[in-house]
Amino acid sequence: MKDNPFSLWVYLSQSPLLWLTVTLLVYATTDAVSLATRRHPLANPVLHAMWIIGAFLLATGTSYTTYFAGAQFVHFLLGPATVALAVPLYENRRRVVSSIVPMLVALVAGSVTAVVSAALLAEFAGLPRDVVLSLAPKSVTAGVAMGIAESLHADPSLAAVAVILTGIMGAIIVTPLMNRTGVTDFRARGFAAGLAAHGIGTARAFQVDEIAGVFSGIAMSLNALLTSFLVPLVVTLLVR
Amino acid sequence: MISALLVLLVCELAGNALHQMLGLPVPGPVIGMSILAAALAFRKGGASSRSPITGSLERTAETLIRHMGLLFVPAGVGLIAEVGVLRSEWLPIAAGLIGSTLLSLAVTGLVMHWSIRRRASRRSPDTVHDLERG
Repeated sequence: MKDNPFSLWVYLSQSPLLWLTVTLLVYATTDAVSLATRRHPLANPVLHAMWIIGAFLLATGTSYTTYFAGAQFVHFLLGPATVALAVPLYENRRRVVSSIVPMLVALVAGSVTAVVSAALLAEFAGLPRDVVLSLAPKSVTAGVAMGIAESLHADPSLAAVAVILTGIMGAIIVTPLMNRTGVTDFRARGFAAGLAAHGIGTARAFQVDEIAGVFSGIAMSLNALLTSFLVPLVVTLLVR
Repeated sequence: MISALLVLLVCELAGNALHQMLGLPVPGPVIGMSILAAALAFRKGGASSRSPITGSLERTAETLIRHMGLLFVPAGVGLIAEVGVLRSEWLPIAAGLIGSTLLSLAVTGLVMHWSIRRRASRRSPDTVHDLERG
């Protein structure tokens, strides 16, 4: 067994086990740092795990397909985790039912703002039409945004990139922005995070406060519904 | 834990099936979440019933949600692989996304905050006053 160490690497780097382990190890580290900084917005564990793993893949010349063969086991759990949001939703049902009207008002205002501002800012920046259409659904979960982009003959992979970027930015900005604008209510703070920054915002909200997390999950779900109706409408009205 | 995972998977599967069959614009897991919430609310014995399944479901759900950030990492790494789609327009795209994210966060948070306060003050002005002081 006096093999060339390189052949060991070639063997391991093709196995899903290595990339699953790397994903968990890097996230465990970035999450520990996040905890040590008392969940400072800039120490967002998702953001730092992303670029560290990305850099590692680039440095070792590993393709995303090879990486995903291992990471898919983690990715798969997104579905069950979304279903699991029903449990805290149910446990906090009284607070949810009592704020149903403010939620619906904020949903309409926020969803329209997200879609219209993304489309208009992209228009003003002089971006081509297919890019504008791919950016418009950026506040909803990747699956829905890609579906919307596809139905408008825009670029689904650009839509997915816009979704992830928005989620990361939203998760970082939400705490300082809500502090600055004087939004102290955790229901409102969480609802904003989930509406503007979908699941990544919801993961952040649950780190900060359970009530914020519950409202973030509701906002994420309702906005997926509203945005899929809103984007085609806004596009016909605003985009040339 | 097996029974809890089974409950979650069955709800997700049912959600995906409904999404596909009815062509709903909401993703399957979100429909699955609504199914599970309805099942919890209307289960036999009412909201107060405590079965072993409920306890295990609570623990499993709590674990999954507490580590939800981890679950976005594989897709997030894909962003780095796909960053080429931003082409030469990456700067206006990034600027537009930042602007729109700031606006939608602020509008949603403020509208909800005001709306909660308005309703509370209409119900009983004294309570709100106390809440604000406290």
